[in-house]
Amino acid sequence: MTTADLIGKIFQILLGLALFAAVIGLILFLIDRAPKRGREWYQLVLFLAPACLLLAVGLLYPAVRTAFTSFTNRAGELVGFDNYVWMFTQPEALLTLGNTILWVVLVPTISTGIGLAYAVFIDRSRGEKIYKSLVFMPVAISFVGAGIIWKFIYEYRPAARPQIGLLNQIVVWFGGEPVLWLQEPFINTLLLIVVMIWVQTGFAVVVLSASIKGIPSEQLEAAELDGATDWQRFRNVTLPGIRGGLVVVVTTITIATLKVFDIVRVMTGGNFNTSVIANEMYTQAFRAAEPGRGAALALVLFLLVVPIVVYNIRVLRKQREIR
Amino acid sequence: MSQVTGSSDKAIAKELDAAARSGYNLDGTKATRVKRRLTSRTATVFALLIAVLWTLPTFGLFVSSFRPADQINTTGWWTAFENWGWTLDNYSEVLLSASSSAPQLGSYFVNSLAITIPVVVFCTVLAAMAAYALAWIKFPFVDWVFIGIFALQIVPLQMALIPLLQIFTTTLKPAQEWLHGVIPIIPDETYVQVWIAHVIFGLPLAIFLLHNFISEIPRELMEAARVDGATHGQIFMRIVVPLSVPILASFAIFEFLWVWNDLLVALVFSGGTADVAPLTQRLAELAGQRGQTWQRLTAAAFISLVIPLIVFFSLQRYFVRGLLAGSTKG
Repeated sequence: MTTADLIGKIFQILLGLALFAAVIGLILFLIDRAPKRGREWYQLVLFLAPACLLLAVGLLYPAVRTAFTSFTNRAGELVGFDNYVWMFTQPEALLTLGNTILWVVLVPTISTGIGLAYAVFIDRSRGEKIYKSLVFMPVAISFVGAGIIWKFIYEYRPAARPQIGLLNQIVVWFGGEPVLWLQEPFINTLLLIVVMIWVQTGFAVVVLSASIKGIPSEQLEAAELDGATDWQRFRNVTLPGIRGGLVVVVTTITIATLKVFDIVRVMTGGNFNTSVIANEMYTQAFRAAEPGRGAALALVLFLLVVPIVVYNIRVLRKQREIR
Repeated sequence: MSQVTGSSDKAIAKELDAAARSGYNLDGTKATRVKRRLTSRTATVFALLIAVLWTLPTFGLFVSSFRPADQINTTGWWTAFENWGWTLDNYSEVLLSASSSAPQLGSYFVNSLAITIPVVVFCTVLAAMAAYALAWIKFPFVDWVFIGIFALQIVPLQMALIPLLQIFTTTLKPAQEWLHGVIPIIPDETYVQVWIAHVIFGLPLAIFLLHNFISEIPRELMEAARVDGATHGQIFMRIVVPLSVPILASFAIFEFLWVWNDLLVALVFSGGTADVAPLTQRLAELAGQRGQTWQRLTAAAFISLVIPLIVFFSLQRYFVRGLLAGSTKG
């Protein structure tokens, strides 16, 4: 990299930021100059326009196209529900669905559970910052990095040679035979789930910790004065106080889990019965030249999220009534 | 957020100073809060156990990055103290070596920053504006717009990439070539594509997270401002943004990490040259040369970790106790 390159890059960043600032400044200026008639409507549109425009181009239009694609075959002819029939009848596709459900049940519950307990226990303790950072570290690691890291845990060497994977070393210490972890069906899926839990827990800890700090200290002190035990305080003050934070955490982790792709791709490539919907989607659409099947899988993924969305909307409605 | 030890004046002063700098005036009870030990022995054991378990895998990589290649492939990293062979070779190779086969991370490192920083700014600002409008401007179908945006979170990236790429090639490419002609210092391969793609994919979650907090700002505050004749623009700039600093900072941290660690978007939109491609893409390339380069990967993976950790530590003080500490009573 030459100095000229570097200057060019910095110039690009500054130009980008300046342009953006100019656009936002203009929008805020226009908002303040809103006409008297239809003022609310005009302001709403201006506030939402930039985000909605981007979303329409980059997500909404592709989503609609995908929905259409899911009813076509390789040649792009309309074939009705064939791709969906394939998905719910072929054993390998059913296995993919089953794996995804396993992921979605285990990852959010365990990550949030551990994260919540941890956040409560370290709250206002000595070294809270260090505790938080240690668990947060995996969030800061890319999936590529995580794949490399976990190689040093799950790696297999034949029994005659020294193990370089920690898990097999522990098995050997206890007198067992080393196992090809990532090629043992069912166990391997659980081990991949462990990696995802490892990555997501830090997110839960940080958000829940911030929520816990948002609870008015008067409430906690009042409970303490009333002689509430730690458990009662947690049940009756902390939990209701962080409900919003919990909903955010569970929702975000669940959606991230439904979309999990990199971990499976990097660690097993979806082989040995570990495939999940997002990975299968990629395989079908880009490797097996079956865009219709890929799109159908994407649509099923979308349908799986609908209940989560509905629940969130209900929470939101409640909030609005209270306000 | 730094915690106060005992009730030493210096610590309190520091505390209040930090609070003031982040736009808060804390009331006395919070500033004089004393440290507690962990709630109980069980809690201590649990917290320690989790902390160790969560750190161990990364520690393994850290140790491995200081070991010579032949040892990495033949012995476990926990034996690093028995098989002494600590070395900085892996780091010097990935950072300093100028041979064409070496990773040469410098350029990619700058790219990662150049992609991430603007995206975080764009995404946070646009999402805050949208979240405010959805939370506080009354209109019949606003809820449905919010539901729609929320639901977009699940449109899988893999499906959106190809249509978006087609749009870019027809619209952005000519514009970039023209710009390169006018200002030669800007290459025809620019960051713009990657920026826009990342912002689009980040927005649904950003709007959802920020909306949850912005909608909880006390109603009285908003109505008082409306009664005083403030426009939505003024309320947004003077009330909402200052009050939302903690959540904006929290989101910015997460967005920074997501963008910094992303591989898929970069693969599709960066063109893969040292002009634009980020560090993760380089890492994946190195990981592709399996077998003999694990020692490089360990060091490179660690280098890619440094910036996110610095970001997290330096912005941590924004995770403030009390989203609205001292701004309203009640």
